[in-house]
Amino acid sequence: MAGSGKAHLRPEGEALISIEDLVVEYPVTGGNTVKAVSGISFDIKRGETLGLVGESGCGKSTTGRAIIQLPNPTSGAVHYNLVDLTELSTEAMRRRRTDLQMIFQDPISSLNPRREVGEIVAEPLNVWGPKDKAKQKALVDEMLNAVGIDPDVARNKRPHEFSGGQCQRISIARSLVLEPEVLICDEPVSALDVSVQAQILNLLEDLKKKYNLTLVFIAHDLAVVKNISDRVAVMYLGKICEVAGSDELYDHPAHPYTRLLLDSCPEPDPAVALDKSDNDNGELPSPIDPPSGCRFRTRCPFADEICSAEEPQMKEVRQNHFVACHHPLSQQADTPIAVLVTASV
Amino acid sequence: MNTPVTTESVEFSTNTNSAPLLQVTDLHTSFSIKAGEVKAVRGVSFSLDQGKTLGVVGESGSGKTVLARSIMRLNLGGNVNTTGQAVFEGKELFGCSMREMQNLWGNEMAMVFQDPMTSLNPLVKVGRQVTEHVRQHLGASRSEAKSLAIDLLKEVRIPEPESRLNAYPHELSGGMRQRICIAIALACEPTLLFADEPTTALDVTVQHQILNLLNREQQERHMAMILITHDLGVVAGRTDETMVMYAGNVVEQAPTSSLFADMQHPYTEALLRSIPRTTQRSHTRLAAIAGRPPDLIKPPSGCAFSPRCPYVQEKCRQEAPPLQTTDDPAHKSACWFPVGTPENKEAFARNLAAKLPQTLSVAEGSMVDTNQLLDQAATAEENN
Repeated sequence: MAGSGKAHLRPEGEALISIEDLVVEYPVTGGNTVKAVSGISFDIKRGETLGLVGESGCGKSTTGRAIIQLPNPTSGAVHYNLVDLTELSTEAMRRRRTDLQMIFQDPISSLNPRREVGEIVAEPLNVWGPKDKAKQKALVDEMLNAVGIDPDVARNKRPHEFSGGQCQRISIARSLVLEPEVLICDEPVSALDVSVQAQILNLLEDLKKKYNLTLVFIAHDLAVVKNISDRVAVMYLGKICEVAGSDELYDHPAHPYTRLLLDSCPEPDPAVALDKSDNDNGELPSPIDPPSGCRFRTRCPFADEICSAEEPQMKEVRQNHFVACHHPLSQQADTPIAVLVTASV
Repeated sequence: MNTPVTTESVEFSTNTNSAPLLQVTDLHTSFSIKAGEVKAVRGVSFSLDQGKTLGVVGESGSGKTVLARSIMRLNLGGNVNTTGQAVFEGKELFGCSMREMQNLWGNEMAMVFQDPMTSLNPLVKVGRQVTEHVRQHLGASRSEAKSLAIDLLKEVRIPEPESRLNAYPHELSGGMRQRICIAIALACEPTLLFADEPTTALDVTVQHQILNLLNREQQERHMAMILITHDLGVVAGRTDETMVMYAGNVVEQAPTSSLFADMQHPYTEALLRSIPRTTQRSHTRLAAIAGRPPDLIKPPSGCAFSPRCPYVQEKCRQEAPPLQTTDDPAHKSACWFPVGTPENKEAFARNLAAKLPQTLSVAEGSMVDTNQLLDQAATAEENN
């Protein structure tokens, strides 16, 4: 799995962001390179929420950061509004970033502990917004209200006086104060409790409607990604395995890796049979030396010779449902993967 | 909730004659800080039999970790005040000297912590960390300890155990490190294992593997386990009994299957409802719990959940409900208006008519026909 190809891209002009052949590599000691992202392509329509899902180390955060050129990708193109961001000068890119904002995983460490909340939220305005203090205050207050924080109470407090969920709201306010078009959310809820997680997810949905945002939502929790996304891309070791509408993907997962992720998801219902098999399915291989052919083959129960020889290409298995796999799963959506393996042997 | 809990239900009748492995009675733990007394655990009682698993569920700050650390007496520091009783294998733990506790730690009771990145010593090779207390407690020689360590690493499914013994923690992935922590905890064959959020820092696939591993070890060794988590999905199907904590109190306690089948406390219901499910359509509005957990320096009078509860009534604000059994003797909950009862439905309709914010948000989230409920409330008032 984990293949290449662009069959899943939509016609040019329909997409607000379109990424082609994105490659991000980092040099490490010993002359090796970490192949964090290896040639992925995807696009996002205006007003759409794209979910990027996968295990730690699959390159989902790197992809999110590559969209705003932090750092610049090794190769590939990132088109935003038909402009290739990789070709912009540093200064032009700085201006462009006001349209592309990001929120991070750890809400507490992403806020400066020494500054007051009012200053934190006004910071982007000091750089690009109106310099007039009264205007700034009005904008900051509006934003804090929009995220459900009382500006009169919060303005002169510092981040440590707030809970994790409130800090995440403040960092959302900061990212929206310049009225961006695109919000990249890098695991915004994985550090939060379930009850607070639900509040933040609902808030993001509301803000998306209110401010006509386009969201890139990065997370490892499949249920969270499904809840918020219109379209989901499953990533594995720097490649995209499967792209589909969010309901379609969960109803008819075609990639064995998507199945593995879905089966691992804990259902809060004791009546749902657990797969307690001893099959540990191994670990993510090293991104310094990824497997040949399909990168998932070392953990895939269906892998055979073709998987190691040839990299699978994106193909459409159902309408608007694309998968890069030599042996896509068909209609056995309800059968756990352990049973499928036994059947295929 | 001050009555000692007995486990006489049919499901737990395997060894009713013998005393439970761990019996905790009216445990209170508080921390004195400048701002006052933080009452982290406020009167918890439960018992656990040999070879059984207990799930402890609650939000951050509900007291679940402090509970576990109090029982193991790991809450060190002069400002910690613990009262109550914890009898483990017939021994009163709070009466033990630290030397006696040292003989129990690792040997009889062990703990797996949340963060595998920081619970291992980064400067010491994995092999020595796994064998350290084997040599201490069992007096094993170096070579015996080494072969035991290799067996343990094999058991927790670490590939190439011989070479991993010479690795430092940073050379291993998060899942591997958590396996090492489990191996350390299992080394002296404890009879009771505390697993404090063992998978919260891990990916879903690794979480699944680690939970399977813990389950398998627990069953093979006939070891009792207390699994602490904030995720109801983790305890479902993996524990015999589940205890839901809120603001230092147990609000509901039942065999896991009956907890999920017949949820009684509004907090348990709210926790479950706020979890996004893969079976829901995308963009389903989640039923978030309004508000935040209470300040434990000045906990609210009455039921601690009352400020956030969609069913709250005047009685709840005045008087704290006791943890009491219901129709099912094994199922306990602390609520004046348990979920599913007619009184609960009336309370909901009344709050909806009064437009209580938390009640309205639940009504929207759960897609109940609001008009129908308002009608019901109107009829209820007319009848009064």
